[in-house]
Amino acid sequence: MPDLGKYADTVLAAYAVSLVLILGLVLISVIRSTRVKKQLEAVDKKVKSDG
Amino acid sequence: MKEPRVTSLWTYANPKKFIETTDKLLPWVAMLALICLVTGLIWGFFFTPDDYRQGATVKIIYIHVPSALMAINAWLMMLVASLVWIVRRHHVSALAARAAAPVGLVMTLIALATGAIWGQPMWGTWWAWDPRLTSFLVLTLFYFGYIALWAAIENDDTAADLTSILCLVGSVFAVLSRYAVNFWNQGLHQGASLSLDEKENVADVFYHPLLVSIAGFVLLFIALVLLRTRTEIRARRTRALLARERMN
Repeated sequence: MPDLGKYADTVLAAYAVSLVLILGLVLISVIRSTRVKKQLEAVDKKVKSDG
Repeated sequence: MKEPRVTSLWTYANPKKFIETTDKLLPWVAMLALICLVTGLIWGFFFTPDDYRQGATVKIIYIHVPSALMAINAWLMMLVASLVWIVRRHHVSALAARAAAPVGLVMTLIALATGAIWGQPMWGTWWAWDPRLTSFLVLTLFYFGYIALWAAIENDDTAADLTSILCLVGSVFAVLSRYAVNFWNQGLHQGASLSLDEKENVADVFYHPLLVSIAGFVLLFIALVLLRTRTEIRARRTRALLARERMN
């Protein structure tokens, strides 16, 4: 860990906020992608079975 | 003699073709994004010296500059996609613009948050009504408005039309965010960190990891937009199938 001196809180806060936002965005995007894909497959299957 | 087959760019406006292509492309872009981001941030955080004036706070540059850059360029990408929708009515382009908006918003929020955190010890204030900061705040509001407008309108085509117009208007603030420092020579925010002018550009020791970090943010943006566009295409297809089912 580098010596951040009196600015340790400032630098760490900036990195923490950014990482939380980026990871949150990635997580939400992946979860929604999986959910929508499953939804489409289910609807597709239903439409085909209904003829 | 057989003529060589030229694939038009518009082929990728076909949703099926887009999903097939991005199936192969997405893992590579995502992996490259991860490599560049981890390398750039670790290099910048652990292996660069403090700045003689700003001390250790200079390490915030590896997040602040790339996120601010992407916040503006995401909107410009949405502008191009919106223009393609207005002119050629390709659904994938409208959906790509929709997919990019939350990514651009998060980049804008990161730029604003890290800017405020950085500004407090350097300027003695979290916020100032400086031209660049203010135009960035307005851009954030445009992102929220754009996302809300898509969510508020049920008909996809009408939503794409209206959000495209909003995107055109918001582009003024995207450009202002970039050039506000040059237009109004006042305020707290300094000029561009990356410049062709050697005197203005940051020192090499900060510049190289910054470039890697920027590459990481650009690739992350591309990966997320590809992933989210695929999601939007599938969601649209689901809505269309359900609507057809209801009519039968």
